[in-house]
Amino acid sequence: MSEERKKRETPLLDELESGPWPSFVKEIKKADTAMADDLLGVLERSYEEKIGHWKHGGLVGVMGYGGGVIGRYSDLPQDFPEVAEFHTIRVNQPAGWFYTSDALRTIAGIWERHGSGMTNMHGSTGDIVLLGCKTQELEPVFAELTAAGFDLGGSGSDMRTPSCCVGQARCEWACYDTMGACYDFTQTYQDELHRPAFPYKYKLKFSGCPNDCVASVARSDMSFIGVWRDEIKVDAEQVKAYAAGGKLDIQKDVCDRCPTGCMKWDGAALEIDNANCVKCMHCINAMPKALAPGDDRGAAILIGAKAPIVGGALLASVFVPFIKMEPPYEDIKELLSRIWDLWAEHGKNRERVGEFIQRVGLGNFLEQIGLDPVPEMITAPRANPYIFYQDTVEDEA
Amino acid sequence: MSASPRKTDIGPPNFEKFLPPVVKTNYGQWKYHEILKPGVMVHVAASGDKLYTVRAASPRLLSVATIRMFAALADRFTGGFLRFTSRNNVEFLVSDPANIDPLIAELKKEGFPVGGIGPSISNCVHTQGWVHCHSAASDASGVVKSVMDDLYPHFANMDMPGKLRIAFACCLNMCGAVHCSDIAILGIHRKAPKIKHGDVPKMCEIPSLVSSCPTGAVRPATVDGLQSVEIIEEQCMYCGNCFTVCPAMKIADAENDGISIWVGGKVSNARTEPKFSKLAIPFLPNNPPRWPEVVEAVRNIVDAYAGNARKFERMGEWIDRIGWPNFFKLTDIPFTRYHIDDFKHAGETFRRSVHVRQV
Ligand code: HEM
Ligand code: HEM
Ligand code: HEM
Ligand code: SF4
Ligand code: SF4
Ligand code: SF4
Ligand code: SF4
Repeated sequence: MSEERKKRETPLLDELESGPWPSFVKEIKKADTAMADDLLGVLERSYEEKIGHWKHGGLVGVMGYGGGVIGRYSDLPQDFPEVAEFHTIRVNQPAGWFYTSDALRTIAGIWERHGSGMTNMHGSTGDIVLLGCKTQELEPVFAELTAAGFDLGGSGSDMRTPSCCVGQARCEWACYDTMGACYDFTQTYQDELHRPAFPYKYKLKFSGCPNDCVASVARSDMSFIGVWRDEIKVDAEQVKAYAAGGKLDIQKDVCDRCPTGCMKWDGAALEIDNANCVKCMHCINAMPKALAPGDDRGAAILIGAKAPIVGGALLASVFVPFIKMEPPYEDIKELLSRIWDLWAEHGKNRERVGEFIQRVGLGNFLEQIGLDPVPEMITAPRANPYIFYQDTVEDEA
Repeated sequence: MSASPRKTDIGPPNFEKFLPPVVKTNYGQWKYHEILKPGVMVHVAASGDKLYTVRAASPRLLSVATIRMFAALADRFTGGFLRFTSRNNVEFLVSDPANIDPLIAELKKEGFPVGGIGPSISNCVHTQGWVHCHSAASDASGVVKSVMDDLYPHFANMDMPGKLRIAFACCLNMCGAVHCSDIAILGIHRKAPKIKHGDVPKMCEIPSLVSSCPTGAVRPATVDGLQSVEIIEEQCMYCGNCFTVCPAMKIADAENDGISIWVGGKVSNARTEPKFSKLAIPFLPNNPPRWPEVVEAVRNIVDAYAGNARKFERMGEWIDRIGWPNFFKLTDIPFTRYHIDDFKHAGETFRRSVHVRQV
C-alpha cells in the first residue's frame, strides 16, 4: 500500500529524524497512511514558510455531544487533500493513564481503520488524542470506541476531562485515592462533560500530595491536593541510616531547607514540631524510607487557576483547607453544584471561575455559596481600607 | 451490530481493569520507593511486594505502530501492564527484576531512551504547534525535539541539583503547562492579525467575530463600502481568537512570530510555594528545523543553574536566593524594558526597598 503512494520530499523535517531524543518525524512516517503523508507535507511547508496552515471551521462532533471533537481544516486543501479535514477526537483516558497491552491495541486498531494513525499520548488535559479524523469517520470511530468501553472527553465550555496522579496505585505519599476520586467524579458528571452549558471550561484535577504531580495548582479550576493533619511518621532507624549513608547531610539538606524551621537534628535523633509543619513534602521527598505523611489524611481544595487569557494567569488558592476524601464525596459534590449554579448564573461568557471570583470578590463568593471565611485562605489580610461594610447601622429616616 | 442501540455517556473504562496484580494487591499500601538507576525505580509495599518502574521518553506524537510496539514490549516484559505519566513519558510496570535490563535494551533499540526520574530533566510537556493548531506561533514538536536532543544527557543521568521541568506552548493561550515550569518556552505573535477585508463579509459573521475578542479590540467598521471590522492595535494581545472564528483574520506572520523564554516556575509545594515562570528572553526567531538560537539559550540557562544551584534547589528557588540581577549577570542575558511588567498589577513587581546587592 505504501508503495502506491508517492512519497513527498521533506528535507527539513528529515533533519529531525537524527539525534538521541525520540523523533516525531519518524512517528509520522511510521503511521504510513495517506493522511500522515499529507500531514508531513503540510508540516514541511510550515517549516519552509515559518507559519502554520490550519484553521478552525464549522462545528463538528458526534450526535448528542457538544464536546470531545475539535474541528480542524487545512488552509491548503488543494495541495494536501488528505488533511483537508483533520479533526481531533479527545478520548477520556483511564484514571492514572494505566493500560493493558490489549486496551492499547484496541485503540490502535480503531484508529488504523478510521483515522490518520497519529495520536497524542496524551493531550495536555489528559485525554487520549486521536489526531486527524475526517468528518464522515467521526460517528464510526465513536461507535467503535463505545463498543470497546471508551467514551469522549470534554472540550468547549464544559467540565473538561478530569485527571489525576498515579496516587495510591503506586505512590506511598498519596493521602487519598486520587484515581478512585477521579473516576467517580468523571462518571458522576458525564452530562456536564459532554454537553457544554457553562460560561467557560471547568477543570478538576486530583493530586495525592503537595508535590502535585498533575500540576493541579496551575491548571485546574478545582484542585484536590492530598494532605495530612497529624504527625509525620518517622522511622528513627532509617533516619540514622540516611545519616550514615553519607549522601545526605540531614542538617544542611533537610532541616535547613524546611520552610518553617520546624525540624531539629542533634546527630542522633530527628525531632519535628508538627504543629508548625506546613506539609511541604521536602523532608519526605528527601528521605522516603524514613519519613511518611501521617495517618489522618485527606485533601485541601484549591480553586480558580487559569491561563493568561483574559485578565492574566492565576494560580489556584486555598478554598477548603482540609476535607476527608471519602466516597461518594457527597459534601464536595454539594459544594461543586453550588459553585456551578452561582457561576453559571452570574459568570460572563468565557469567564473562568478564578476570574469570576476576582470580579465579585472572594468574600462575596464565599457568602453566596455558604462557606465561612477562614484565615488559611489568604497569605495576609487586606492592606487597603476600601472596605464595603455590610453591617452598618441604618439612619432612622 | 447495526441493531445495537447507540451507547453514550458511559465514561472512561474503570482503571481497575488495567492495574497489574501487584498494584491491585497493594493499592494504598506502598511503603517507600528507591531510585535504582536513571529511569528505574522500585516501590516496596508493606507486604514486602515490589513493583519496578522503567520510565522512557516519548515524543507524545505517537503512531499506532509505536503504540503496538509498546504493547508488544509490555507483553514480553511486564505481563502486559504499562502506563503514561503526566509529562508524556511511558512507564513499564515490571514485576520480575530480571526483565528490567532486557526491556531497557529493547527500548533503546527502538529509539526510546530511559530516564527522567529524580534530579534530572524529565520529558518536555508541549502543545500542538504547526502539526495541528491554527494559532501556533511556532512548532512545538520540532523545538522540543531540538532542545531535548541537546539536553539528552540530563534526561539519561541524574546530574541536576534538583528537578528541572521544561515546557513548551505555541501561543500565549498556553494550552500546554508552561506558566509554572523551571524553563518555559513560549511561542509568541507580535503583530495584530491582518484583515482581508474582501473576505470578511463572505467568510465571517461580524457580530460573533466582534464578540470573540477577549479584549474588545475588534470593532465593526465599513471599509471601502464593505461591512468589515477594524482592530484597535494597542488592545490586541495576539491570542488568535478572532482567527478562530474568522479565517480572514490571519495572525501568523513568518518574520514577527517567534519564541520567548521564561524561567523559575514550579507547581510543587516542596520547600517554597508554587510560582509562575518569569520572563528571561523576550524574543528569539523561529529558525526551523533545529531552532539553534533557542537550543543555545536553553542550554545556557540550564548550565548556569546546574553550576550554581544547591542540592534540591529548583530554578526559581535558586534565582530567589541569588537575586534577579545576578541571574541576568550569570547567564549574560540582556535585561530590557520588556522584562518590566506593564500589564494590570504591574507595580507589584517593582522593588520597593533598597535591598539591593551593590557590587
Ligand atoms: C482563548 C484561549 C484559548 C484558545 C483560543 C485555545 C484554543 C485551543 C485550540 C484550538 C486547541 C486545539 C489544538 C489542536 O489540537 O489543534 C487547544 C487545545 C488545548 N487547549 Fe486551548 N485554547 C485557549 C486557552 C486554553 C487555556 C487557557 C488552556 C489551559 C489552561 C488550554 C488548554 C488546552 C489544552 C490542554 C489543549 C490540548 C493541547 C494539547 O494537548 O496539545 N487552552 N486550545
Ligand atoms: C484622607 C486622607 C488622609 C488623611 C486625612 C491623612 C492624615 C494624616 C495625619 C493626620 C497624619 C499624621 C500627621 C502628623 O503626624 O501630625 C498623617 C501622616 C502621614 N500620612 Fe496621611 N492622611 C491621608 C492620606 C494619606 C495618604 C494617601 C498617604 C500616602 C499614600 C499618607 C501618608 C502619610 C504618611 C507617610 C504619614 C506619616 C506617617 C508616619 O509618621 O509614619 N496619608 N496623615
Ligand atoms: C522520588 C520521589 C518521586 C517520585 C517517585 C515521583 C514520581 C512521579 C511520577 C510517577 C510522576 C508522574 C505522575 C503521573 O503521571 O501522574 C511525577 C510527576 C511529577 N512529580 Fe514527582 N515524584 C517524586 C518526587 C517529586 C518531587 C520531590 C517533586 C517536586 C519537588 C515532584 C514533582 C513532580 C511534578 C511537578 C510532577 C508533574 C510533572 C511531571 O509529570 O513531571 N515529584 N512524579
Ligand atoms: S502528587 Fe504526590 S501522591 Fe501523587 S504521584 Fe506525585 S508524589 Fe505521589
Ligand atoms: S514537610 Fe516541609 S514543613 Fe513539614 S517538616 Fe518537612 S520540610 Fe518542614
Ligand atoms: S498554545 Fe496556542 S497555538 Fe498551541 S495548541 Fe494552544 S491555542 Fe494552539
Ligand atoms: S488576536 Fe486576540 S486580542 Fe488580538 S484582535 Fe484577535 S481576538 Fe482580539
